[in-house]
Amino acid sequence: MTSGTELLPAPRGGTGTDGRRFGALRLFGGKAKGSEEAAKRVQFSSPYLPYLFLAPQLAIIFVFFYWPSIQAIQSSFYLEDPFGFGSTFVGMTNYTDVLKSGEYLGIARFTAIFTTLVTFFALSIGLLLAVKADGVIRGNATYKTLLIWVYAIAPPVAGLIGMMFFDQHIGPIVELARWFGWDIKVGLNYFDTAFSMIVVSVWKQIPYNFIFFLSGLQGIPVAVREAAAMDCRSGFRRFWTVILPLLAPTAFFLLIINVTYALFDTFGVIDVMVKDKAANNPITLVYKVYMDGFRGNDLGGSSAQSVILMLIVFVLTIFQFRFIERRVHYN
Amino acid sequence: MAAITIAEVSKIYTGNVEAVKSVSIDIEDGEFIVLVGPSGCGKSTLLRMVAGLESISKGTVKIGPRVINEVDPAERDIAMVFQNYALYPHMTVYQNLAYGLKNRKTPKAEIDARVAEAARMLEIEPYLHRKPRALSGGQRQRVAMGRAIVRKPAAFLFDEPLSNLDAKLRVSMRGEIKRLQKRLGTTSLYVTHDQLEAMTLADRLVVLNGGRIEQIGRPLDVYHRPASTFVASFIGSPAMNLIKGRIEGSRLHVGTYRIELGERAPVEGPVTVGLRAEDLRLAGVGEDAMLFQVDYVEELGAQRLVHGTIEDQALTVALSPEIPLSGDLAVTIATDRLHFFSTENGKRLERGASFTNTAESARPLSLEPAL
Repeated sequence: MTSGTELLPAPRGGTGTDGRRFGALRLFGGKAKGSEEAAKRVQFSSPYLPYLFLAPQLAIIFVFFYWPSIQAIQSSFYLEDPFGFGSTFVGMTNYTDVLKSGEYLGIARFTAIFTTLVTFFALSIGLLLAVKADGVIRGNATYKTLLIWVYAIAPPVAGLIGMMFFDQHIGPIVELARWFGWDIKVGLNYFDTAFSMIVVSVWKQIPYNFIFFLSGLQGIPVAVREAAAMDCRSGFRRFWTVILPLLAPTAFFLLIINVTYALFDTFGVIDVMVKDKAANNPITLVYKVYMDGFRGNDLGGSSAQSVILMLIVFVLTIFQFRFIERRVHYN
Repeated sequence: MAAITIAEVSKIYTGNVEAVKSVSIDIEDGEFIVLVGPSGCGKSTLLRMVAGLESISKGTVKIGPRVINEVDPAERDIAMVFQNYALYPHMTVYQNLAYGLKNRKTPKAEIDARVAEAARMLEIEPYLHRKPRALSGGQRQRVAMGRAIVRKPAAFLFDEPLSNLDAKLRVSMRGEIKRLQKRLGTTSLYVTHDQLEAMTLADRLVVLNGGRIEQIGRPLDVYHRPASTFVASFIGSPAMNLIKGRIEGSRLHVGTYRIELGERAPVEGPVTVGLRAEDLRLAGVGEDAMLFQVDYVEELGAQRLVHGTIEDQALTVALSPEIPLSGDLAVTIATDRLHFFSTENGKRLERGASFTNTAESARPLSLEPAL
């Protein structure tokens, strides 16, 4: 052939439903499928043609991701005038101010707890429901629809509905808790607010995890399950030794998605719960960025925080790929 | 090792679909039974009921003295080899073999010994630490067999284990399965749709059709004395020729030909006549014969299948490739090689007891051309 440039086609993902994202992740992890994909390589006559095809995607990534990131890094070294009249270079001051602040560290600690709990419960409940739905033979379409349905709700609306669950006067969960002698006061009591924030965030994410786990479960060959049924009497043991390992690629993908969700996408839920409430409420780092930047008009400090957040996510993602993906078996 | 007794077993799916209809088979200890039939005949369903992967709607299945209808699949003391191998993709070959034993709390030393023995027997020792995806189809099939062997079960169940392999490998694996089964002496129930596989492997064949047993018997008995037109056309390649005829007294009429059968006519009136392609031969000079019009020829190398008609009834004749072919051939058949089936239900019509005596000399066709 001519000395053309080679370009890999979009890799296919493991679960099928959201193959594109999954595939991209896998590529990120450096796991090309070797010979199988090499066979599908496309030859281009001009070495620039592939870049031309990639240009729209790259442009979008640059405009919406790299450029704001560069802006944030830049303004994190400046003290901005709240009214936009000018800015002063202050070096690392914004960073040292943030990292010295006890309030910021408290929020960071809460964010860590919040992210861990939301990820853990959203994943485990999603998995539990998927396993149960997978076992249902009759009327499973109805069952699945009912579980997936919640996912169609926009985050602020979910926050609102969640808020209504925890409403002081009409909230059914508040009433239930009162029945057990627990007086939930969302927006007033730190623990109660944190509790309801976690519950609503988990509730919102379960359907998403459910869909993926269910499709992952249904991707496990029936014969393998049957072979396991003949090799192992205990269904519980079978789940841990055969089903779960085969579900690991899905679970790993969901782990990353859920951590990202808990860190960033819960913004809407938190906003609805703590907005216009008394000050001593639990918030996460991303909400703090918003508060300082847009409420406090401290653009420099807010930028410094978002850069820190960026670094945290960066480190976390590398950690996940380095140490957890190793234990994942791709088919 | 144990006998398996399948007594009046039925499988009824929702909507009253009866996939298996009151099937009874007595399998002796150490016997190799092959369930054969076209797709949808219920053979896999029957096997899966024995395995415990499908519930038994009616009847009982016993392994040894124990009724296992309600016993968990893992407790039935059986091992199954699946069509697509069903290996655990995340485990190495060793772990695949050891998994069933580990779950049964077998001591580590014993697991090692059994896996080593099975691996040696199946020649998969070099792959013990590989994952299944790094193995070829034949190697995977061996691992699947190994997983069954290490368990030392009372019975092996095979669900079309060779149908994913290529033709050459299938033949060699077939031999290997047979050899292993004889060596281990484990009772086996084997499902296939391939009549050749069934013929070569089975101690006894069970031919199934539409959820019912058509015939149980040793492969050669089934081949030589098919119990119905279904069995006749299913077992043997090429399929047995079935043509229309009529018996009057001791004479068989096929079209305008009359064939003298002697005293052995089993019935009066219309019959279906079965003729094996290899029983038909070219008539010698002066011998009575039927005119066979050749349509086309299939060259198989060792033999040649000639397709054609005798008075508009389609027929296949197996001939030696040495015989030169012309447009029309004069063919004949020994009368004791004729099979008769009822035109009503397709059941075999037995001829007189003396007929089955092969010591008796074959009587040549005695044809009288019609007027």
